[in-house]
Amino acid sequence: MTDTALGTVALAAADDLESPGRRAWRRLMKRKGAVLGLVVIAIFILMAAFAPLIVPYDPIATSWSLVRKAPSGQHWFGTDELGRDVLARVVFGARASLLAGVTSVGIALLVGVPLGLVAGTRGGFIDALISRITDAMLACPFLILAIALAAFLGPSLGNAMIAIGVSATPIFIRLTRGQVMSVKVEDYVEAARAMGNPRWRIALFHILPNILPALLVQATLSIAAAIIAEAALSFLGLGQQPPAPSWGSMLNAAQRFLTSAPWMAIWPGLAIFLVVLSFNLVGDGLRDALDPKAR
Amino acid sequence: MLNFLAKRLVQIVPTLFFVSILIFSLQHLLPGDPALVMAGEERDPAVIAQIRAQYHLDQPIPVQYLFWIKGVLSGDFGESLRNKMPVLELIAQKLPVTMQLAGMAIVIAFLIGIPAGIVSAVKKGTAWDYGANLFALWGISTPNFWLGIMLIFLFSIELGWLPASGYVPLTEDWRASIAATIMPAFVLGNAIAAVLMRHTRSAMLQVLESDYVRTARAKGLSERTVILKHAMRNALTPIITLGALELGTLLSGAVLTEQIFSIPGFGKLIVDAVFNRDYAVVQGVVLVTATIYITLNLIADIAYILVNPRLRG
Repeated sequence: MTDTALGTVALAAADDLESPGRRAWRRLMKRKGAVLGLVVIAIFILMAAFAPLIVPYDPIATSWSLVRKAPSGQHWFGTDELGRDVLARVVFGARASLLAGVTSVGIALLVGVPLGLVAGTRGGFIDALISRITDAMLACPFLILAIALAAFLGPSLGNAMIAIGVSATPIFIRLTRGQVMSVKVEDYVEAARAMGNPRWRIALFHILPNILPALLVQATLSIAAAIIAEAALSFLGLGQQPPAPSWGSMLNAAQRFLTSAPWMAIWPGLAIFLVVLSFNLVGDGLRDALDPKAR
Repeated sequence: MLNFLAKRLVQIVPTLFFVSILIFSLQHLLPGDPALVMAGEERDPAVIAQIRAQYHLDQPIPVQYLFWIKGVLSGDFGESLRNKMPVLELIAQKLPVTMQLAGMAIVIAFLIGIPAGIVSAVKKGTAWDYGANLFALWGISTPNFWLGIMLIFLFSIELGWLPASGYVPLTEDWRASIAATIMPAFVLGNAIAAVLMRHTRSAMLQVLESDYVRTARAKGLSERTVILKHAMRNALTPIITLGALELGTLLSGAVLTEQIFSIPGFGKLIVDAVFNRDYAVVQGVVLVTATIYITLNLIADIAYILVNPRLRG
């Protein structure tokens, strides 16, 4: 009798103590869209990692006897203007897209979050300075800034990632600053300050963990935008350089052969669409799952 | 109101200053000596010396900036290396084309996005809502250059209804002009329609729960009047200002869309400039875009206050 009673109490306590991360994950798993998105992203990651095991063709091997062949049993997605297998190029192209999406958002987070934390916690002149620079960067449309940066840095996948990362940074500065401003008036931050914690400690250990959910949602949605931006830069010849496969540059080539080889345009575009859609689905799902109001 | 305006205007000055610094410093990202890069393939010593003198590249960087900003403020954005035209003149020539495209795109976006948002909010949880949300996800996730290519394939190559590329000014032949721009305008409007739909939906959902909507219903007004007259008017106020802020998306989108449809606008200007290493044009385009964006932001802020009586004072 006592045992069962105790057991119930213990269970209830465990339920109350469910970690925020675990709770968010459980709620995320309830959303069909987000789960679908996660599955598709996982498939594309596996595809990128094990590309040579999936397709029997070399993505850069050209063949003059196979120029612009329609999809067939041998080449499921057809071949391109240089006789390369389109499926192989789509599969290998996932590497550039995923890498660019994650790396550029990583750059934006690494630069933007510390600057936002400093602006939000210090206030005063430093805050005004950082905020005006952020405004200035946000005044330049994202893709136009990325194109200008990539143009001046020179065309390569690495430079495209830097250009996209830098262009995405102001979003994270502004988000972090705004979140810090709303969190720093909370009692627990006040308590931490009263206990004599130094400012950097409060920022890193008391404020940052509480603004992570918002940053995570924005980062997921930004990966989607960054993948589109990388494809756009590659489409313009400012990203991944030929003959290395990337979805954007494949679409550029496809546009020239739209009448004779439309399959060249369908698959790389569909791949971008699916990956971007999946990151957007996961981002939306995370936003709902992490929303404290919906608890 | 005046106070707010003054504060906003004061804020714009440092923002524009940093925009100019940002754009000015772009040319210092060029690997190596900018004069060598700008001189092009031939690297004629006379040309290099002339470029050095013209851009004051032999001076310290802050001095270079002062020379540059002095030019910009007096409307001198430099000269296009490619066709020896003043950058500002080139931009003035291309901007109307993009403005036509952007205007059509905004109309398309409002025509699709707002009704879709209203329907999905009013019929929340039904197949209509589900469909509208799917549309929004599609709009946000489709790369516009792919959508453009697919539209060309369908409407120009397969069906032969619309021209695949080219541009005719509205003043010359409005039918041909619309035919040439309707596909790119749809491509641009599609993404914004999705954003508008999402905002309209959440604004409508909020308004539909408010007391005055309940009062309107209790008075026995028809559901149609309640939604169109009472709820929509209040929900749409922020949406209209949001439309102005989507200009950044439009201009970004125009870069690739104009490239695909070979439309000689602002977006194609920057792409061509990038390919021709025509750096003064790239800088000019970014500067003009940023200035337009900041101005529209200000107008949107003012409009928001003007239409919202509670913020007036």
